[in-house]
Amino acid sequence: MSKQVEALDMQEVLAKVNPVLEKHGYDDGMLVGILQDVQAQFNYLPREALIAVAQRLGIALSRVFSVATFFKAFSLTPRGRHQLQVCMGTACHVRGAARILEKFETQIGIKAGQTSEDMKYTLETVGCVGACALGPLVVLDNEFEGHLTVDKIEPILERLD
Amino acid sequence: MITRLNATQELEGLRQQILASRNQDTLRITVCCGTGCIAQGAKKVVEAFKRELSAQNVNAEVAELKETGCHGFCEQGPIVVIRPQDIFYKKVQVEDVPKIVARTIINGEVMERLLYSVPGNKKEKCTQESQIPFYAKQERVVFKNNAYIDPTSIEDYIAVGGYASLVKVLTTLQSQQVIDTIIDSGLRGRGGGGFPTGWKWQSSKDAAGDIKFVVCNCDEGDPGAFMDRSIMEGNPHLVLEGMLIAAYAVGNVSEAYIYIRNEYPYALKHAYKAIEDAKAYGLLGDNILSTGFNLDIKICRGGGAFVCGESTALMASIEGKVGEPRAKYVHTSEKGLWGRPTVLNNVETLANVPVIFEKGVEWYKSIGTEGSKGTKVFALVGKVNNTGLVEVPMGISLREVIMDIGGGVPNKKQFKAVQTGGPSGGCLPESKLDLAVDFDELTKNGSMMGSGAMVVMDERNCMVDTARYFIEFLEEESCGKCTPCREGLRAIRNILMDICSGKAELEDIDRLEKLCLAVTEGSLCQLGGTAANPVLSSLKYFRSEYEEHITNKYCRAGVCKDLIAFYIKDNCPGCVLCYKACPTWAIIYNGKGVPVTLIQDKCTKCGACLDVCNLDALEVRSVYDNR
Ligand SMILES: Cc1cc2nc3c(=O)[nH]c(=O)nc-3n(C[C@H](O)[C@H](O)[C@H](O)COP(=O)(O)O)c2cc1C
Ligand code: FES
Repeated sequence: MSKQVEALDMQEVLAKVNPVLEKHGYDDGMLVGILQDVQAQFNYLPREALIAVAQRLGIALSRVFSVATFFKAFSLTPRGRHQLQVCMGTACHVRGAARILEKFETQIGIKAGQTSEDMKYTLETVGCVGACALGPLVVLDNEFEGHLTVDKIEPILERLD
Repeated sequence: MITRLNATQELEGLRQQILASRNQDTLRITVCCGTGCIAQGAKKVVEAFKRELSAQNVNAEVAELKETGCHGFCEQGPIVVIRPQDIFYKKVQVEDVPKIVARTIINGEVMERLLYSVPGNKKEKCTQESQIPFYAKQERVVFKNNAYIDPTSIEDYIAVGGYASLVKVLTTLQSQQVIDTIIDSGLRGRGGGGFPTGWKWQSSKDAAGDIKFVVCNCDEGDPGAFMDRSIMEGNPHLVLEGMLIAAYAVGNVSEAYIYIRNEYPYALKHAYKAIEDAKAYGLLGDNILSTGFNLDIKICRGGGAFVCGESTALMASIEGKVGEPRAKYVHTSEKGLWGRPTVLNNVETLANVPVIFEKGVEWYKSIGTEGSKGTKVFALVGKVNNTGLVEVPMGISLREVIMDIGGGVPNKKQFKAVQTGGPSGGCLPESKLDLAVDFDELTKNGSMMGSGAMVVMDERNCMVDTARYFIEFLEEESCGKCTPCREGLRAIRNILMDICSGKAELEDIDRLEKLCLAVTEGSLCQLGGTAANPVLSSLKYFRSEYEEHITNKYCRAGVCKDLIAFYIKDNCPGCVLCYKACPTWAIIYNGKGVPVTLIQDKCTKCGACLDVCNLDALEVRSVYDNR
């Protein structure tokens, strides 16, 4: 859902971006790590932050942008209050993860990769999270909800505020 | 306080000192804090132990609490093992902790209720880890210390003999001798290709250049594997020691990198801590153990793209560029990171290295088969009773791994196939279960070792759908640089989707095979080069299932929704299992002893009913079959 994103105040952006660049010694070889840390600050990668990173490192914005769009872990749009990551790893797949994802999608009314209009949920898919014994599963705000069946999904979503 | 070690002999002195400071009679409560157990609440169990030990006045002399890495038996987590008796408690909950402290720790009793028993034989309890069939057939070389040491304590690692191999290498062997030893050991890369590790090191050593690099690949892009992460989380110093030995052997290496995916927070945390501690002890950094050997190890966090596990893409990513592969006319061992000779090895490969020097080449060579030495760690997952990480000697049969260690297929379902090697691998049918698992045998039969994922599938898994799953994954992960991979995978996926939805014709199978060949031959890197394997291997062993989808418009596994409808059979006793499982209330209960009714209009064909029914009272029919 591409919502209109308000422009951020450059001073505030720099206040968050500068320490990250500092930490990495303004080394453009660490670009991936820098963007990860910037994303951790904002919960996503705002346009202004990408511009700031490019300017401060003295590299082309296009290069920053190409890295930011190449890796799945980066998001260029704001994310919701609750992060739902449905595991689509092989083990979870053979145990019916597709059904689980489908149920989340219909229940919330968004597709994987999207954030709900009210900014409540961001629904994503991930590869194996290393808890195959619990599959199929969802990582909900960094906590695992395992052994999912289709009927457990509504109660999980209802529990969240 | 850590004091730097200034000579190689001082390591053994430190080890003795650590051992002397530890009371042999102290009980050690090890709580598995691998990702699988954490997901099931292990951290809360740790907190509960801390509370209870102090509440019940158990001091550190009597019992010590240890958070260890993955024990492997994820299915039974959270796992608590009390040593030295090795009492194995499964599925420990916070509520169990006060009793464990009172009864086992203080009174020395074993709590029957928390012991593991072999399924179907509730009476026979296994008190110790070694009695459990899941562990009995394993041979733990790389994982040996995972369940004993705290990965954040370098002292724990040194206490079990850690870094002694490094000292042995630095003090008694020339770099060429180290390489010769690795060549002799027959160690092959565990990252997928199975390339002989010693030869790889040799070509970097022989390459001209005064700056060379060693890189450890902990990207683990296979969406069904988690052993590299478990090694890095559970025993990071073992990997560092392997990297140190590799760097010494290659020569002119003063900088090394570990490429870890950012989604592995504990692996990252433990690796950072390990590097810091090793530096403080003088086991890493400048003038290591005053031998004049220098090595700095840096961590590079990956963004979670499958293709970044490929050597040239990984190196591009370390250089801060987009992780796209390049054509490998020149090997990375000669021209890799920043154009310098670079050794890239997988985590598990490097973890084998210190063990080879600790136990000796002859011992190492005695494990495994002619062409594949040592052990391999597999992520045994899917439709199998004992999900977990298993380390087995090369050459063990698939049957032993899946049936004996894995405990077979759950819920009385029928075994159908095992998928090895992840997205580049293939599936093998029941008739291949007696195959000896090693690099060459798997490849010969159309699958491969790959990363070591071993995914078990039963009658409820559709082979066409599985092939589609892998192709879809690869299509998404293809970097798009070369046309055969980018366009070819899309075309393959389209045909597979047509087959799954009943729109295909028999000639499409031929088209599929031709496309597979084109993608295999024409792709730039091995992502595309191996991408067709899941399709080709399932066509080889399960062709009839493809044909059935096309001609009979029927999916026997009950997966491909466009083709199927569910029907209740006359033998249904109305046990209500399916009634409870149905998310759309499409099943009506008609009383005990009477078959339930299924309302087709409400049914979304999710298959939840089929999964729970253990009386064979449901039938899958083609939608075109209007009996
Ligand atoms: C698409 C693709 C993905 C790969 N992913 C990984 C990976 O996640 N981890 C890994 O160790 N090797 C991976 N490899 C293999 C590496 O390219 C390389 O061969 C390996 O890290 C070398 O280490 P080894 O000789 O110790 O096996 C991948 C290869 C390809 C083509
Ligand atoms: S595949 Fe889902 S946790 Fe491993």
